[in-house]
Amino acid sequence: MSNLIQLTNGAAHIVDNAWTLIKLPATQVEARKQAGKVVLFKLTGEKTVTETQVANTVIPANGKLIVPLTVLIARKAELQTRIDANEIGVWLDTHEVLETLIENQANLNALPLIAVHVERCADGRIFSLGVLLRTRYGFKNELRAIGDVLRDQLFFLKRSGFTSFAIRADRSATEAIASLNDFTQPYQGAVDEVRPAFTRYNRAG
Amino acid sequence: MYKYDEIDQRLVDERVTQYREQTRRYLAGELSEDEFRPLRLQNGLYIQRHAPMLRIAVPYGMLSSKQLRKLADIASRYDKAYGHFTTRQNIQLNWPKLEDVPDILAELATVEMHAIQTSGNCIRNITTDQFAGVAPDEVVDPRAMAEIIRQWSTFHPEFALLPRKFKIAVSGTKEDRAVVQMHDIGMEFYLDHHHKLAIKVWVGGGLGRTPILGTVIREHLEWQHALTYCEAIVRVYNLHGRRDNSYKARIKILVKALGIDAFKSQVEAEWAHLKDAPNTITEAELARVSPHFAPMPYLALADEDASFDVAIASNLGFAAWAKRNVHAHKVPGYRAVTLSLKPHGKPPGDATSAQMHSVADLADQYSFGELRVSHEQNLILADVKVSDLLSVWEKARANGLASPNIGLLTDIICCPGGDFCSLANAKSIPIAEAIQIQFDDLDYLHDIGNIELNISGCMNACGHHHVGHIGILGIDKDGSEWYQVSIGGSQGNHASLGSVIGPSFSADEMPSVVQKLIDVYLQERTAEEQFIDTVRRLGIAPFKAQVYGEKNSAQNEVAV
Repeated sequence: MSNLIQLTNGAAHIVDNAWTLIKLPATQVEARKQAGKVVLFKLTGEKTVTETQVANTVIPANGKLIVPLTVLIARKAELQTRIDANEIGVWLDTHEVLETLIENQANLNALPLIAVHVERCADGRIFSLGVLLRTRYGFKNELRAIGDVLRDQLFFLKRSGFTSFAIRADRSATEAIASLNDFTQPYQGAVDEVRPAFTRYNRAG
Repeated sequence: MYKYDEIDQRLVDERVTQYREQTRRYLAGELSEDEFRPLRLQNGLYIQRHAPMLRIAVPYGMLSSKQLRKLADIASRYDKAYGHFTTRQNIQLNWPKLEDVPDILAELATVEMHAIQTSGNCIRNITTDQFAGVAPDEVVDPRAMAEIIRQWSTFHPEFALLPRKFKIAVSGTKEDRAVVQMHDIGMEFYLDHHHKLAIKVWVGGGLGRTPILGTVIREHLEWQHALTYCEAIVRVYNLHGRRDNSYKARIKILVKALGIDAFKSQVEAEWAHLKDAPNTITEAELARVSPHFAPMPYLALADEDASFDVAIASNLGFAAWAKRNVHAHKVPGYRAVTLSLKPHGKPPGDATSAQMHSVADLADQYSFGELRVSHEQNLILADVKVSDLLSVWEKARANGLASPNIGLLTDIICCPGGDFCSLANAKSIPIAEAIQIQFDDLDYLHDIGNIELNISGCMNACGHHHVGHIGILGIDKDGSEWYQVSIGGSQGNHASLGSVIGPSFSADEMPSVVQKLIDVYLQERTAEEQFIDTVRRLGIAPFKAQVYGEKNSAQNEVAV
C-alpha cells in the first residue's frame, strides 16, 4: 500500500507514487546539517555536499525523478531534455538555501514537483521553505514533504503550501490523513487560506 | 476580559480532541517518546521528577473568577489541591497523571482555557503588565493587541516548530513592568507624533544560559503591522536560528552572531514582502477586540475615603499592608491590590485550591469578577474601591494572602527548582523559605525597602535571577548543590544584568550571605537610595568584601 497522501482541490487521497527519489551517495565527511545555515554556511561558504558525491550520483535513464538540488544545479545540461519532458523534480534539505534553487532555476514552474526533505520531524524550517516557495517564488505545482513526515505535522504542512505528503514508511498514511483537518477554522492567514479569521468571518457577530 | 466566540471555542475544543488522540497513540505505543515529546510539550506537559507537570495558559495574566474556581477544582480533583503561578503569568500543576491530561483540557475548555503552546519550541504565552488598563501611567492598554497577537500565534503553521522557545511581551506604559527587553520580541505600544498607535520593537532579549537584553530593531511601527512584522522576525529566526545546539538556539544568539544591523536588514527585506499582506490587522478587528477590555463600570467616587483613613490610623497591620500591597489606579476612589503568594516559609507562587476559591470570591465581591497573575507570581485584584480595602485585607489575611511584603525582600521570585523540576541543578524553594524566615521582621523589611530577590534552580533562569537586585542561581558542583550570587540586576526601563560576586555558597550559608549584602547596603546607603542604587553607585566591591572577607578569615581560623 502506498504511503503517499495527495491533496487535489482540497480533498486528500492516498495515491501511488509515480516519482523516484534520487539520493546522493554516502560521504565519509560528517555534514553539520542542523546548524543555522546563515551562521555557519552562508558566512563561511562551507559546503554540505561534495563534488564527488554530485558526480557519483546515479541518475536512471528513464522515469520521473526527484533529484537533489546540488545535482540539478551541477548537472543541469545533462538533465535539460528530461526537464523539458516534465520528468524532473528537485528536492532540497531543510538546511539548504532556497535562493540557490532560484538563482539556478529562474522558472520554478518548469519543475512539476519540488520536495523538501525533513530529517527530524521537529525541524520546522520545512514550513518556512514551503511558504516561501508558494508566496515569494510563485511555485504552483506539486510541493511534497518527504523524510520524517508524521501525522502531527500534516495540518501545518498543508497550511504552509504542501500538497503531498510521503508519510514515513513505518506509519499508516490511512490513519494520518485525518490530521490534515485537525482544526477547521484557524486564526491566521497562511498559504492554503490567506485570510485570517478576522477577515474571513464577521466575528463582530 | 476577552470572551470566546464560536471560532475561539471550536479551536480549543478541537485541540482537546487532537491531544486526546495523541495521548492515546502514545499510550498504545504508536508514538515513540521522541515523537510524543514535542507534542506534549506544545501542550504544556513536562515529564518531571515525581510526576508530569502541566502548565496551563493564562493569556497575558487575565483570569475570571469562574476560571480560577475551575482551576481550583481541577487542582483538587487531579492534583494535590494546589497550583503554582509562574513568571510567565501561567499556572502549573505539579502532580497530574499523563492519562488524565485530556480530561483536564476538556474541563479547561468549558471555561475558555487551554494549555496550548505553554511549552515547547514555539511562540509561548504573550505576557504584559499586571496593571494593564488600570495603571495611572499607562499610555495605551496593550491587552487588545496582546489578544490579537495571541490568536495569530496560536497554531501558526509556519512557526509550529521553531529552533527554540519564543517569548513575546507587550507593554503600554512609560515605566515598563512587562520586562519587554528580556523577551525574544518586546513591544512597547505608544502614541506617536500624530497621536496614532505605534510600536517600539525590541528583539533578541532573554535570560537563560546567555543572558542578553534586547536591542531595538524598530523605533516606530504602525500597529496594523504588528503581526506581519513579527512574521518577518520569526521567519528569519526559523530559517537561520541554530538547531544543532539547544543552548545556542534562541533568537538572541542569531542576533548576536549576525549583529543587529545585518539581522535587521534581513528582517526588513522579509517584511518588504509581508507588509500589507492579509495578516495586516484591520481597524475592524481592533474595534472588535478592544471592547473586551473596556473600562469597568466604575462608580463616580471621591479619591479619599474617611473610613479608610481611620482604619489606616488605627490599625498598624492594615496600614503596613496598604503601604506595600495597594497600588494607584487611574480612576478616583479605586485601587489595585496585590494578594501575596509569598507568605514567609511557603513556596513562592503557590496557592491552594481553598485559596483560589477565596480569591475568586474576593474578585466577585470587590473587583468585577476578574483578577490577574503577575510575573512576580502574585495575584492582583485590579479594581477595588478604597472603601472596600479593609474588608479585602481582612478576608485575604484570613486566607493567608495578605503578607504585606510586595516589593520587599521576601517577595521572592522563584522557580519550582530541584524539588520538582528535572532540569534543575539545585533546590530553590527551600532557599527562598530560609531567607524569608531570616528576614521575618516586618519593620526591618520595610526599613530595607524596595528590593527584588530572584532565585533560579538552574541556568534556564525561570526565576529570572539575572535581573534580580540580588540573584541566586543553583548550580551543581561534583554532584552537590551550590548557589552563585549576583547583585545589580534590574528589570524595567533601566534593565541590567547582575554581576556575580564570587565563588558559590552552600544552601546553609545563603541566609547569612543575603544578610551581609543587606548589612552593607544599610551601612552605606544615602537617604534616598534603594538597594539597587547603592549597588550601582558603589559597585560590587564592598559587598564582595563583606561576604567573602569574613568567610575567608573564618576558613583561615579553621586552617590554623
